[in-house]
Amino acid sequence: MAKILQRKRLVPNIHLLEVHAPEVAQKCKPGQFVIIMPDERGERIPLTIGDWDEKKGSVTSVFLVVGTSTHKLSMLEAGDEVPVFVGPLGKPSEIEKYGTVLCAGGCFGIAAIYPIARALKEAGNKIITLLDVKANYLIYWEDKLKAVSDQFFISARDSYYDCKEYIPNTLEKIVKKEKKIDRVVSIGCTYLMYTCSEATKPYGIKTVVSLNPIMVDGTGMCGACRVTIDGKTKFACVDGPDFDGHLVDWDELFSRRKSYFEDEIQSLCYWEKETFP
Amino acid sequence: MSENKKEMPQELKKRLRTAFNEEWRKELRKSLPAKERIKIPRQKMPERDAEERNKDFYEVNLGLEAKMAKAEAQRCLDCANPQCVTGCPVGIDIPTFIKLIEIGDFEQSVRMIKETNSLPAICGRVCPQETQCEVVCNLKKATGVPVAIGNLERFVADYERINGNVYIPPIPPATGKKVAIIGAGPAGLTVAGDLARKGHKVTIFEALHIAGGVLVYGIPEFRLPKKSLQAEVEYLERLGVELKTNFVVGKTATLKDLENEGYDAFFIGSGAGLPNFMRIPGENLIGVYSANEYLTRVNLMRAYEFPKYDTPVFLGKKAAVLGGGNVAMDSVRTAKRLGAEMAAIVYRRSSVEMPARAEEVHHAEEEGIEFLFLTTPIRYFGDEKGRVKAMECLRMELGEPDASGRRRPIPIKGSEFVMDADLVVVAIGNSPNPLIPQTTPQLKVGKWGNVEVDWDTMATSIKGVYAGGDIIRGGATVILAMGDARIAAASIDKYLSNKK
Ligand SMILES: Cc1cc2nc3c(=O)[nH]c(=O)nc-3n(C[C@H](O)[C@H](O)[C@H](O)COP(=O)(O)OP(=O)(O)OC[C@H]3O[C@@H](n4cnc5c(N)ncnc54)[C@H](O)[C@@H]3O)c2cc1C
Ligand SMILES: Cc1cc2nc3c(=O)[nH]c(=O)nc-3n(C[C@H](O)[C@H](O)[C@H](O)COP(=O)(O)OP(=O)(O)OC[C@H]3O[C@@H](n4cnc5c(N)ncnc54)[C@H](O)[C@@H]3O)c2cc1C
Ligand code: SF4
Ligand code: SF4
Ligand code: FES
Repeated sequence: MAKILQRKRLVPNIHLLEVHAPEVAQKCKPGQFVIIMPDERGERIPLTIGDWDEKKGSVTSVFLVVGTSTHKLSMLEAGDEVPVFVGPLGKPSEIEKYGTVLCAGGCFGIAAIYPIARALKEAGNKIITLLDVKANYLIYWEDKLKAVSDQFFISARDSYYDCKEYIPNTLEKIVKKEKKIDRVVSIGCTYLMYTCSEATKPYGIKTVVSLNPIMVDGTGMCGACRVTIDGKTKFACVDGPDFDGHLVDWDELFSRRKSYFEDEIQSLCYWEKETFP
Repeated sequence: MSENKKEMPQELKKRLRTAFNEEWRKELRKSLPAKERIKIPRQKMPERDAEERNKDFYEVNLGLEAKMAKAEAQRCLDCANPQCVTGCPVGIDIPTFIKLIEIGDFEQSVRMIKETNSLPAICGRVCPQETQCEVVCNLKKATGVPVAIGNLERFVADYERINGNVYIPPIPPATGKKVAIIGAGPAGLTVAGDLARKGHKVTIFEALHIAGGVLVYGIPEFRLPKKSLQAEVEYLERLGVELKTNFVVGKTATLKDLENEGYDAFFIGSGAGLPNFMRIPGENLIGVYSANEYLTRVNLMRAYEFPKYDTPVFLGKKAAVLGGGNVAMDSVRTAKRLGAEMAAIVYRRSSVEMPARAEEVHHAEEEGIEFLFLTTPIRYFGDEKGRVKAMECLRMELGEPDASGRRRPIPIKGSEFVMDADLVVVAIGNSPNPLIPQTTPQLKVGKWGNVEVDWDTMATSIKGVYAGGDIIRGGATVILAMGDARIAAASIDKYLSNKK
């Protein structure tokens, strides 16, 4: 059992979860994830590690509320316990001195990209951060990210920010303006990572994405997380989650992520009926 | 992967002889002559009706009743030279436990077993007895029908659990030595039990949230109810074993980290947890599962109770399961129970080469499972949503025997045909889990990724680190894993007593 230290809503539909897990906190590296199960009848779901505190022994993730598991997580309070919290899983992101790295994140990926940007910055890279949100009130961790970025951009669809466009367009503009971008790291929903990869492809800039297929154990035992990279099957939980965005079979990933669409609706209805009679 | 057939240890021989010569045994042998004993028919295991059981997940075999168990025990000739014992990888004193059943002392009988086997309720259910202890039983030589050793073992183990009178053996004073065990499968649990009983401080690290390994995530409830496993795990905890679940060695901490924390010796029992696929087109379509994923969803995550439990699983109408082992049998019988109208085994060899236990195949046939022999899929077809809907297969014929001694299947040219399938489970084997070898640089592994050991001691290439079970053998059996574990435990105990 792992104890919840903090659960708070950051912005509408996106929550932060800080869990007491000293052993995990000692080992965390940027780009890794944990598997959490909200209660005894729950599903095991992966969440990227957004931050950690070795001294306090805590691990923080940020999640978007979509279905049953994330609804359950969004109702946890400090002091509650979850039966499964295991990690850190997956290979850490590659951190080296590349030169200029553009970190493009959206949704929960804003938090997920933070430790990567921080580590890349510490490794001596110039960091350009680009965040994607639907509207200005959906942005969080702006200060944290600004602190590790040399340049900072937001692409949003409301009039609050001056740029009213989607992330690949902003990304392309930055790529054109900057003479040299050595690497792009992109984390967020599948569509965001796909479009960012498509945007950088013509420029031949290596684009690393953090794939989010459906998982069960997260340790390489089941093969649920199969993705096709450059024509070869990989298990995202042990071979990834980071892969080269230009080599991913995106159609397959989109389709496999929808495997249980109808079951998920049924599950959520069942849970709502039980929880809010 | 080689494995030496071992002579019966001297110490075991002596123990058997002493027990054989005890007065009560002599009396009992005299009370019913052998020629009467061999007339008693083998007691048939009561089982639930096939048409009833193929719709739910309750256990198929109901277990012997006390009267039947006693009658079955009477069949045992109490041989002066009990061959049965040579067939048991953990060296259970089989005649003694059976004779204790005959005189009705069930409690003493199970204690007797537990001296060498801490998981009798499990072995009694899933051991391939017909190729282990029962195949060498002298009664089989005499009459063709061996004593039902497994069924009797299960009987006394269940008797003890149901009557709640679980005996906890005395534990010697603490030695102050700490042992880390990786993996709570049958191998890890056995080492834990043996070493705790020697007074060592034992901690098991388990990646999943429930202990048991394949016994909990793989073998279904209808064959091995979770409650019998739970009882065995509780027993270990009462022996003082600490169980740390949700801990992935190699990730949460490496072997080296644990050594720095003060563990004196290690046992790696991390199993064969890496599913093999066929690498044919369409294998990543939705609805094509590895057996590990399919069975884990259903057993560990209880998808058969969806949506009460949150984890979903596909309910195929036409299910095809590839393979011919126990894993394939469990998968196909699970698909049937989850409502498949057609559930078929698709196996590239013929029925005689199937490695599954005879009892499982027989049960599957009764439950309406279909069998397509000499058939192998070569590609899958999906619908517009990316869900599997059919597979193209090739017929095979059998050629010369291969390294395993089984005749090798050869494709027949031009024999392609298409069969409908909206659920496919690939059960063609697992490879050893690579996590620990990857994060333990000095650990020597063989060409299939199996950890290499000295078969006499189960020592790996690293001092103080031992291994056993599927991680050294690839997919094997519960009892072989436990046999390895007993050898490893003895070696670890010896190693610790020499270590300052
Ligand atoms: C490596 C990795 C890291 C992730 N990190 C984050 C993160 O930091 N924050 C965040 O909000 N989300 C993250 N996700 C996605 C997150 O796991 C899913 O949103 C979550 O599982 C949804 O569960 P649910 O029951 O709430 O929704 P459901 O209604 O069950 O599912 C909604 C969608 O989520 C996906 N999903 C469902 N079950 C799983 C599962 N067991 N594993 C993976 N995906 C699933 C499916 O595409 C599904 O259509 C990550 C996924 C992966 C693989
Ligand atoms: C469906 C199925 C049916 C079977 N039926 C039979 C049968 O009828 N009879 C029979 O004798 N055998 C059967 N077998 C085979 C038998 O179950 C195995 O041979 C046996 O379980 C092997 O035991 P083990 O302890 O070596 O490994 P496992 O049972 O695989 O246990 C290994 C454990 O280690 C854990 N682990 C792995 N890596 C790590 C890590 N890095 N850190 C922490 N923990 C880790 C795993 O989560 C797992 O719990 C069957 C197998 C399957 C899959
Ligand atoms: S443990 Fe297995 S091999 Fe040994 S006696 Fe029991 S059933 Fe037979
Ligand atoms: S060989 Fe068979 S008959 Fe003889 S003691 Fe063993 S179980 Fe009994
Ligand atoms: S989640 Fe099971 S193998 Fe990756």
